[in-house]
Amino acid sequence: MGATATHNGHSENPVGDGRLRSEDEPRAPSLPGRLARALAGQVTRRIPPADLDERDPDYIRESLPRLWLLSSLYFRGEVRGLGNIPEHGPVLLVGNHSGGNLTPDTTVFTLAFSAYFGVERPFYQLAHNLVLSWPGLGFLRKFGTVAASPGNAEKALRSGAAVLVYPGGDHEVHRPTWESDRVDFAGRRGFIRLALEHDVPIVPIVAIGGQETALFLSRGESLSRLLGLDRLLRLKVLPISIAAPWGINVGDFLGHLPLPAKITIEALPAIRLRDEFGPDPAVDEAYDYVVRVMQETLDALAEERRLPILG
Amino acid sequence: MRVQAQIEIAAPRGAVWELVTDPERYLHFMAGMTRWEVAGDRATGLGARYRTLMRVGSAEIGGLVEVVEWDEERDLAWSSVTGVDQRGRWRLRAGSAGPDSTRVELRLAYGVAGSGILGWVAEVVAAPTVRGHLRRSLQQLKRQVEHEQLRRQAAARRSGAGVSATSASRSSGSPRRTNGN
Repeated sequence: MGATATHNGHSENPVGDGRLRSEDEPRAPSLPGRLARALAGQVTRRIPPADLDERDPDYIRESLPRLWLLSSLYFRGEVRGLGNIPEHGPVLLVGNHSGGNLTPDTTVFTLAFSAYFGVERPFYQLAHNLVLSWPGLGFLRKFGTVAASPGNAEKALRSGAAVLVYPGGDHEVHRPTWESDRVDFAGRRGFIRLALEHDVPIVPIVAIGGQETALFLSRGESLSRLLGLDRLLRLKVLPISIAAPWGINVGDFLGHLPLPAKITIEALPAIRLRDEFGPDPAVDEAYDYVVRVMQETLDALAEERRLPILG
Repeated sequence: MRVQAQIEIAAPRGAVWELVTDPERYLHFMAGMTRWEVAGDRATGLGARYRTLMRVGSAEIGGLVEVVEWDEERDLAWSSVTGVDQRGRWRLRAGSAGPDSTRVELRLAYGVAGSGILGWVAEVVAAPTVRGHLRRSLQQLKRQVEHEQLRRQAAARRSGAGVSATSASRSSGSPRRTNGN
């Protein structure tokens, strides 16, 4: 329902499968490769084209009540500082991301944004390819979720929309629970270039609580590399967590039942990179600045939190 | 879902009307309201539009509303243009103490058409919060109107004492405080 993005891979594991066969049949070493390519091709085909037109304001409006129930009762969401988001025009919302494949921060924020500015304001969220190709998640496209690609981001910003990006992506959502209060974008600086190129303000969206919806243990990066998922599916992680109702949960392919952790989100004052760093800002410097500002806010939010889950 | 609240205010209807038609002052007495902003050229009167937001649960909810009914010192109703569906009404009538008192009713009907059974559940879940906002709004409205009424009467007494008997007699009606509701 409301809990949204899936950042993860396909449950069938072509490479492991293939390795067995390649032992039986050493003359066809390309079989696992072929299978994997076929799967990757399948995934790519399923990715909808860069289509901003899929967003459906009526659908969003009709979904607001159930999002509100989920967000208010289950996650006891609290969203501050929406007034910091410029009322009009394109803006790049940059969030830290938590909660494994089911990210409650997106749910709470999407509701808050759509209720505050109205569903008429164009608002797109960039998501991992696999989120959009995953069966059953088609409804996300009606919410304005588009595949994370420079092309899509560019189109959306040029159309004057608000665009929400989570630079940390799959790397960040699967960080261990004890790193809950760390902003971890893995050095991905694309969003800075995007903001500079289109000369749009960045509004940092800092969220806490999502990493308490399960006990996240490891990203399983080496496992993912071992299985070749990183190259095939742009999937750099194969996370391991303890989550309801599965117990030990490897991959989080089917999602899980998130614990009702309190989600607090704060939108910070807009950062206009050229005002801050002159006409030609250095990407690294700007990146460090945005991450630092977000980390300071996350520290404050973590300080405020007294108990895990309860908030 | 339709919620309402009412209160009796010890002031003539005109004094209450003055407040509930002034968009500048909505945030001073409307509980839970985080925005009541004029949108467009008209600040008040039939056809005036406002951007409204009310904090309910985890979100600020509202939208653009338009004044659709304007019956001087009696009725002011608005209806949503965008955002959640809503219809609100101020209904001012003579109170139990005659023309010097006013019975104020504040009604709000809200929902999202087409949101199905969960939409209905959400409306029911939100109702106590919304009703609480309306009640507190009326209490704050009462406090403000009566406070202003007292100040006006006191000012009239002060200036009236030295000037004329007519204004003095008008203000001599003891500043009564009703603790209705």
